[in-house]
Amino acid sequence: MPDITIILILVVAMVIAAVYTAMVTRLLHSAIGLGITSAILAILIFQLASPLTAVFELSVCAGLISAIFISVTSLTQRLTPEKFAERRRQRLRRFWFLPVIIIVAAVVLSLIHIPMTFNLPAPPAENNVNIILWRLRHLDLLGQIVILLAGAFGVVIFFKEQK
Amino acid sequence: MSQLFWVCSIGVVLLFIAGIYCVLASFTLVRAIIGLELLTKAVTLLVILVGYATGRAGLAQALAITLIVIEVVVIAVAMGVVLCVFGHNKTIDAKLLRNVKG
Repeated sequence: MPDITIILILVVAMVIAAVYTAMVTRLLHSAIGLGITSAILAILIFQLASPLTAVFELSVCAGLISAIFISVTSLTQRLTPEKFAERRRQRLRRFWFLPVIIIVAAVVLSLIHIPMTFNLPAPPAENNVNIILWRLRHLDLLGQIVILLAGAFGVVIFFKEQK
Repeated sequence: MSQLFWVCSIGVVLLFIAGIYCVLASFTLVRAIIGLELLTKAVTLLVILVGYATGRAGLAQALAITLIVIEVVVIAVAMGVVLCVFGHNKTIDAKLLRNVKG
């Protein structure tokens, strides 16, 4: 059982990073915030006894996806200072409903009674992720391969049409 | 277990709110995709949390890995779309994209 204090610190840090990602005006800062959120989430997932997913989250989401976002941000045009200031004002005008949503969500969460006794059938005999992924859910792997190929062909077609 | 579940659940809800806000309150296409990414992270954490709470960490990990693969493909294709849009229109501002024809 992980220490609740560490989990609490990680969750607070992750939420702060996510809010920074959503609020900051510059796209580059937003992409970096997303990478930090992914890294903290990876540590949190590792604490929740899922090391393989944590490695995937850290390498793929915090690494690859952040690199993709930063590359695309650098390839696209930067806002002029006037537009940047205007955009910041527009975003500040929209900030008012976020605290309202958080307060409403907190009230609703405190009212809902979630039963904490999980009356589920006994866990399966096999709890090893390698065996589950390669033997019990091998169709998932087939689906992943198909999705990866579809994505690769999709990107190729987009850049082909651009010529 | 109960305290851990609550703390992480509140984290999932707040992550969802940040993601939905990012999708709704921005006109830039890249930022909307970043919001989508935040929403996916909330789902990943929820899957892992439920797997941990129910003693099915292995199954939850398998599902989360599939989710991460799908997430990467969606982001890559979406970024291709964004670059294509920028190549044609010289902007990624959704408000200024008025020449889309169905």
